[in-house]
Amino acid sequence: MSLNRREFLGRSAALTTASLLPYAAYAADTIKLGSVLDTSGIFDAYGKPMDQAMRLALKQINDTGGLLDRQVELMAYDTQSDMALYSQYAQQLTRQDQVDVVHGGILSASREAIRQTMRKSNTLYFYNVQYEGGVCDRNIFVTGVTPAQQVAVLVPYAMKKSGPKVHILAADYNYGQITARWIKKFVEDNGGEVVGTDFFPLDVSDFGSTITKIQQTAPDLVVAPLVGGAHLSFFRQWAAAGMKDRIPLASTTMGVGNEHKVLTPEEGNGIMVAYNYSQELDTEANRVFKDKWQAEYGDTTAIHELAVSTYQGILLWAEGVRQAGSVEHDAVVEALETGISIDGPAGKVTLDPQTHHATLDVHIMEFEDQGMTVIETLQQIAPVDTQAVCNLQENPDDNQQYEIQI
Amino acid sequence: MDLSFVILVEVLYAVASLVLISAGLAVVFGMMKVINLAHGEFMMMGGYATITAANLGINVFVAMLVIAPLVVGLIGLVVERLVIRHLYGRLVDTMLATWGLSLMFIGLATMIFGNTTTGISTPITGFTVGDYQINGYNFFIIVVSVVLVLCMLAVLKGTRAGLIARGTMQRSDMAAALGYSPDRIYMATFFCGSALSGLAGAVLAPLVGLVPTSGGAYIAKAFITVIAGGPSLIAGLVSSATSFGLVSQIFTFTISPVIGEVVLLVAAVIVLRLMPQGITGRFFRGKL
Repeated sequence: MSLNRREFLGRSAALTTASLLPYAAYAADTIKLGSVLDTSGIFDAYGKPMDQAMRLALKQINDTGGLLDRQVELMAYDTQSDMALYSQYAQQLTRQDQVDVVHGGILSASREAIRQTMRKSNTLYFYNVQYEGGVCDRNIFVTGVTPAQQVAVLVPYAMKKSGPKVHILAADYNYGQITARWIKKFVEDNGGEVVGTDFFPLDVSDFGSTITKIQQTAPDLVVAPLVGGAHLSFFRQWAAAGMKDRIPLASTTMGVGNEHKVLTPEEGNGIMVAYNYSQELDTEANRVFKDKWQAEYGDTTAIHELAVSTYQGILLWAEGVRQAGSVEHDAVVEALETGISIDGPAGKVTLDPQTHHATLDVHIMEFEDQGMTVIETLQQIAPVDTQAVCNLQENPDDNQQYEIQI
Repeated sequence: MDLSFVILVEVLYAVASLVLISAGLAVVFGMMKVINLAHGEFMMMGGYATITAANLGINVFVAMLVIAPLVVGLIGLVVERLVIRHLYGRLVDTMLATWGLSLMFIGLATMIFGNTTTGISTPITGFTVGDYQINGYNFFIIVVSVVLVLCMLAVLKGTRAGLIARGTMQRSDMAAALGYSPDRIYMATFFCGSALSGLAGAVLAPLVGLVPTSGGAYIAKAFITVIAGGPSLIAGLVSSATSFGLVSQIFTFTISPVIGEVVLLVAAVIVLRLMPQGITGRFFRGKL
């Protein structure tokens, strides 16, 4: 059979259309969930388990009959740790795929890159990550912890254990700056004093002079919201200088991406943190979750805070859809604003109607042999930092990220 | 008193780590005129070689001081044979080729070791000076770089091999006329340069969290130190590392580490404006 170019193109077009037809018919019956996560590149340590958690949650939903008797179809894009790809895939998800909801974004920069696209196209957006707080937008729901939720419990505990003089070491971008302000506030509220604050760009990996400076200010406690691989060096150099047993350390970031599994027990033991989730959480819900993860992926070591936030974010969205009885944007938002809650692996999570942030349990933990041992659990901590600046009930058209002034 | 001692140690440490970071590049770029943009990746591979060897149960000092330089030196040898040797004398082309190599090494390290932070803990414990705790490992780094500089000096100045290498770098045609193979000598020199980079990466590995992209943090400092050092290999390396280390540490202690880094860069700009040929273009002329 001879085939010229024109015929070939015509036939392939026809074939492609034909092959798409059943897909299109099928797609109309499913609920479409879009996802943008960095499952490769420098942030994949965060993104991969988040992606796994999302797939696990969806599988669970679909295996139990789906939502509103419809299956949930996943449209996932790997943003490759490249901020430019976020905007591109956000456009694709909202215009071409026309998904009903988007979950994803890891860094605050990635969230801000796609938030307005979601808002303009009226696509519901879930950001399931611990972040600096203050986003006020009726189209977005945030299921991670904010600084006030962590710091408010971590600082009093750490100060009680050590003493009133605190030195802060923070990453030099909005997360670190804002968190440092919160730490200062809670230190002072608890009758303490901040004796020094240092900020570090994300690529600083030499902390020798800093360690000397800290000894000059002679604090009772060091609080370190440091971020990323380079900053991990601080914890290593701190231990190498023999400071670990002299001045206790607390952190609001160490461990969200399972960084504590990289430090040796000698380097990590005793560092105090506060999160919504720990693999060592001794609850039935966590055991069930880990069993499911084990059955699906064979190994639970990768589970971290952000993965569980993602899992809980999907469950919250699903609950909202069930209560609304539809996937229509406004109906789901209204249902989510009724103060609905779910029981996730890390306990009860409730969406706060005023801010669209989550009220959840926060656990004070200490690193012990590369695990996080729960010391104390504080039930249902509200996102008070965002509540102080954002009220979507009174001002539903608000659309900005507040820099929280303290 | 205690504080001034601690600050002195920190300054020496800063100078020593600059020397260490730049030594391999000083050989490859300063001597051979190959703009090695993969220098940081050679260091990164030295770090991974150390961690891998240490995890296999080899003594960490053997891993750092022997295995890592050898492994990276051999990688350098392969790179030289396959890529670099075709590009001698073509400055800009080496830049492009080694930039590609650097991306390739990052990719390979990511495939093999994954894109997560790894590390080993420091093998030397901290100790007390008066009211202060010092990282004992700082002394190790200072000692290593002093020994390194002395060895480089001894080899280049005191041995026949060093003399031949220096001669070949200056006039390879003359060296060839005298019966030496420039090809072989270039190969050996590149091996040494790579091994030095590997050593630096290995020795610094216990202080940092290592990721495949770690090399990027070193490359700028290494080039600044070598370029500001000027034509003399060792005198340039030591003088520029000392000036930059001193200046950045002064500002680090009085203001903040960020300002320290900024001042280092500003100082580099000023040095190159006042001395376009580098420090040894004006001082220590004719020294090695």
